[in-house]
Amino acid sequence: MAFITCENVSFSYENTSVIKNLNFSVNQGDYLCIVGENGSGKSTLIKGILGLKSPADGKIIRGDGLKTNETGYLPQQTPAQKDFPASVYEVVLSGRLNGRGLKPFYSKNDKQIALDNIKRLKIEHLIKRSYRDLSGGQQQRVLLARALCASKKILLLDEPVTGLDPIVTEDMYKLIEELNKKENITIIMVSHDIKSSVKYASHILHLNGDKTFFGTKDEYIKSPVGKSFFSEDN
Amino acid sequence: MFDEIIKMFSYEFFLRAVIGGSLISLCAALLGVSLVLKRYSMIGDGLSHVGFGALAIAAAVNAAAPLEFAVPIVMIAAIFLLRISQNGKIKGDSAIAIISTASLAIGIMVATMTTGMNTDINSYLFGSIIAMSQKDIIICIILSIIVIIMFVFFYNKIFAVTFDESFAKATGTKAGIYNMIIAFLTALTITVGMKMMGSLLISSLIIFPSITSMRICRRFKTVVICSAVIAVFCSISGLVISYQYNTPTGASIVITNVCLLLIFTIIGTVSDRINAKKYSK
Repeated sequence: MAFITCENVSFSYENTSVIKNLNFSVNQGDYLCIVGENGSGKSTLIKGILGLKSPADGKIIRGDGLKTNETGYLPQQTPAQKDFPASVYEVVLSGRLNGRGLKPFYSKNDKQIALDNIKRLKIEHLIKRSYRDLSGGQQQRVLLARALCASKKILLLDEPVTGLDPIVTEDMYKLIEELNKKENITIIMVSHDIKSSVKYASHILHLNGDKTFFGTKDEYIKSPVGKSFFSEDN
Repeated sequence: MFDEIIKMFSYEFFLRAVIGGSLISLCAALLGVSLVLKRYSMIGDGLSHVGFGALAIAAAVNAAAPLEFAVPIVMIAAIFLLRISQNGKIKGDSAIAIISTASLAIGIMVATMTTGMNTDINSYLFGSIIAMSQKDIIICIILSIIVIIMFVFFYNKIFAVTFDESFAKATGTKAGIYNMIIAFLTALTITVGMKMMGSLLISSLIIFPSITSMRICRRFKTVVICSAVIAVFCSISGLVISYQYNTPTGASIVITNVCLLLIFTIIGTVSDRINAKKYSK
């Protein structure tokens, strides 16, 4: 049983369908990159996977005991967030909220998990700093630590390297790869960067209307969609 | 000097104004932290003008309880304004400006055609130190207890929803409900506080304390606590000024807020420079 299975899923946005009859599945340990043009339905699909939007048709099935609120999500940053007065610890700890239910305060266990993830992403030295004083790369690490607090099984990353400089971008990719390989955390990443996607991912989902492709990355490179992209580029 | 203070507090109306003013400011400041950080501060402004329109109509139809008449209307407006702000298609800021000026205009039209621009209407616009009645104080106390309990109980959820609504939603927090709770409590605070602060100035209670504390504080918790303290301090000192110099209450409180904002901005800039040096080493 896969973590997430999409069966003939269609989504429409303002009465025009953006995704039609989409089929794919994500298994534990996979590293799936979702690529596609603007408006190809990437954001809509994310909402679907997170359970915030129901498909117009078809089914999104969660398996292997993955609960709806158990997806570690790294959303795109909003402008309001960039200068938000909150300490790194406060932000990371807020990732534990899904385990709280109606209980108002965090337990010792929650705090320990937050600290563990702060260490895991090597941001201990920033713990008391304010989120708004951090660089873009540091902010992404903090948000990644928060996502890990919400789930140890699966991370959904929405364009995690947007706005980062090349060196930090490479760091971020390496970090995500490490989480995937060493800790067996399943990764679903939305990306604009097809080259890096092909470099790191195990599977590719290319949303492109009727010519949508899903398969392993080797299949993708040989596929007409992948080929057309790489020949255009070189 | 000391005698003067004792004399001031011996007046029942002044004591009422201090209690009511502090409580309203406290509630507004707590709610304001979230509203300002979510870039929703214009909602407060919009609601206060809707509140004025509603109260003017209530006075015109001689409603026995103008507050009870206005509160539901302002709450409906709160839902509406929240929807507008969240809907990317309509430009939120202009829509809010249209609604607030329209309700202000309706309020003034109704008022002049019926009761005339009497002292009541005037105090709703500009605020008055003697506006708080015994009943208003009781409403203030109940309201602030509700706001404080809600805020403490939902503190972590409010933080999550304020910082990152998409993440909160994705991990199963019903962000919409918390937005609604905040909007409702804001509507309530504004309508109750309008008599004293005046509808033209009450949104300052929401915006100033959090903006001021953000100049210096770098953690959410300290921003919240600092805003609450600033709000109470400014409303009491504003009331003292209003009493001493016979100035309008709302304006006096806003002026003390402005002064504090300036002081905090200077301290914040200086400490930022020092911090920048420290971390660049």
